[in-house]
Amino acid sequence: MRKVLLSGCEASAEGAIRAGCVFYAGYPITPQNRYPEYMSERMPESGGVFIQAESEVSAINMVFGASVAGMRAMTSSSSPGISLKQEGISYLAGCELPAVIINMNRGGPGLGDVTPSQSDYFQSTRGGGHGDYRTITLAPWTVQELYDMTFFAFDLADRYRNPVLVLADGMLAQMMEPVELLKGKKKPPKKKWALNGCRGRKPHSIKSLYLTPGVLETHNWKLARKYQRITEKEQIYDTHMCTDMDMLVVSFGTCARISLEAIRMAREQGIRAGLFRPVTLWPYPMDTLRTMAEKVKKIFVVEMNRGQMLDDVKIAVKNSSRIFFYGRPGGGVPTPEELLKEMKKI
Amino acid sequence: MKAVYKKPESLTDEVTIYCPGCGHGIIHRLVAEVIDSLGIREKTIGIAPVGCAVLAYDYFNFDVTEAAHGRPPAVATGIKRSLPDRIVFTYQGDGDLAAIGTAEIVHAAARGENITVIFVNNGTYGMTKGQMAPTTLPGQKTTTTQKGRDTSYHGFPIRVCEMLATLDGTAYLERTKIDTVQDIIKTKQAIKKAFRYQIEKRGFSLVEVLSICPTNWKMTPARSMEWVRTNMAAYFPVGVYKDTGASV
Repeated sequence: MRKVLLSGCEASAEGAIRAGCVFYAGYPITPQNRYPEYMSERMPESGGVFIQAESEVSAINMVFGASVAGMRAMTSSSSPGISLKQEGISYLAGCELPAVIINMNRGGPGLGDVTPSQSDYFQSTRGGGHGDYRTITLAPWTVQELYDMTFFAFDLADRYRNPVLVLADGMLAQMMEPVELLKGKKKPPKKKWALNGCRGRKPHSIKSLYLTPGVLETHNWKLARKYQRITEKEQIYDTHMCTDMDMLVVSFGTCARISLEAIRMAREQGIRAGLFRPVTLWPYPMDTLRTMAEKVKKIFVVEMNRGQMLDDVKIAVKNSSRIFFYGRPGGGVPTPEELLKEMKKI
Repeated sequence: MKAVYKKPESLTDEVTIYCPGCGHGIIHRLVAEVIDSLGIREKTIGIAPVGCAVLAYDYFNFDVTEAAHGRPPAVATGIKRSLPDRIVFTYQGDGDLAAIGTAEIVHAAARGENITVIFVNNGTYGMTKGQMAPTTLPGQKTTTTQKGRDTSYHGFPIRVCEMLATLDGTAYLERTKIDTVQDIIKTKQAIKKAFRYQIEKRGFSLVEVLSICPTNWKMTPARSMEWVRTNMAAYFPVGVYKDTGASV
């Protein structure tokens, strides 16, 4: 099939439109400005709604409204903007509303910088806002996968009535790669629970407030069962060169891509390494990693942060003394040579 | 026999949590009567605020969603842009609309969103037991201005209708009050006009209703109504602040 050259932002936006997303609200923030720019053209021409919101807070609440109305709806931003959206994401989770949120992760904390980072791992996989909830988090490593994952995110969001995050970074947002596009546009499912006027039925309400003692607890246990179902059914991971290995490199997104190059170089020098790449960061493929880790002596975790996914690796792997970590916090992107040097040390 | 008075279809049988004498009961009823009279109950979607009126989804007999504090205009934007032929309104208090949600209301108005806003101004945070609101009057005592609102320290109240009237996106803005039967009737007419403007796709409409909170004002309902008449209406004059339909 013919491929087209797209930036990460464009590919993700195109994936959303072809998944039947008809509502986008966003706010400019580097490194994902191409996202709202692209949507401002493509959304109206494909029959959807584009709104440049007055704030990140407002954008996510517009998405909340469109989701209440039964539409496939999304927003995109980068780390500081995603922090502002956490209020809305918490409400989406509490109200069990589907939505897709794209995070082109940049360096933090605070205003940080505008270079690629993976420092929002905790925020993405632990809930992020207030309350006891989880968001499904997908971590693509190529522009093609960013397109595919955005498309897939809408199905997941609707299947579980839960917000889904796509966690990429400033590098994936801006780099251009050939992308194979699916033909046509998906017809989104009908949502019986949506608010669209009570003609011919009893009125619906959507809420996350449960003041009667015990009711919120019941609601949260219901959410917990849903999260358990997601954990059992939706783990995605990817492995490379794991058939004969002494060292397992665990890495996601852009970092996994660089790690794979480092692994190829290492093998040429006699270091038998393989790559385990979680694609869903939540639910994290714990059991698979545990099984794979049993086969190796050393586990090498590489992240563009100070060590966040490292916590999940430690949960998965029994003997944490075998775990080694290399991280680049603050927007630094490691080179394959840099990782090879670290691999030789351990 | 002709029925001259009955519960609007747009209200449920639910018993409200509102305190005796609260203004929300009157204003809920007026909104429900207007929605009935315009025959739009089955195509209306309401947005309940955070505050005393958060449980409005239990009291209105049509589709209602919750919104985070101050965000109803953003949520309404998402719903209305998705379903342009439905009637979408927000019901917001002064803390929700004029403090934590100031950006949302100003920009929904500036965009000229074709929605209706019922803004209940009672000058206090009722649900949290009576703190200073953005519309608390100078000198007015609240739990966070126990000696009275000192404008040199706490700043000044916000006049929402006057502020929004500067925005080209607004179609209809009126401030009313509910201290007399005549004023309640005028309020109902204003609410009806605001919804009618939305039906006619004229753009953003808002009715600010000067209401009462006897519990937190520590006044009887009757004395509260007098306070609206003599004090609130002096700072927040009732009247039409914008009516793009009037000159047509």
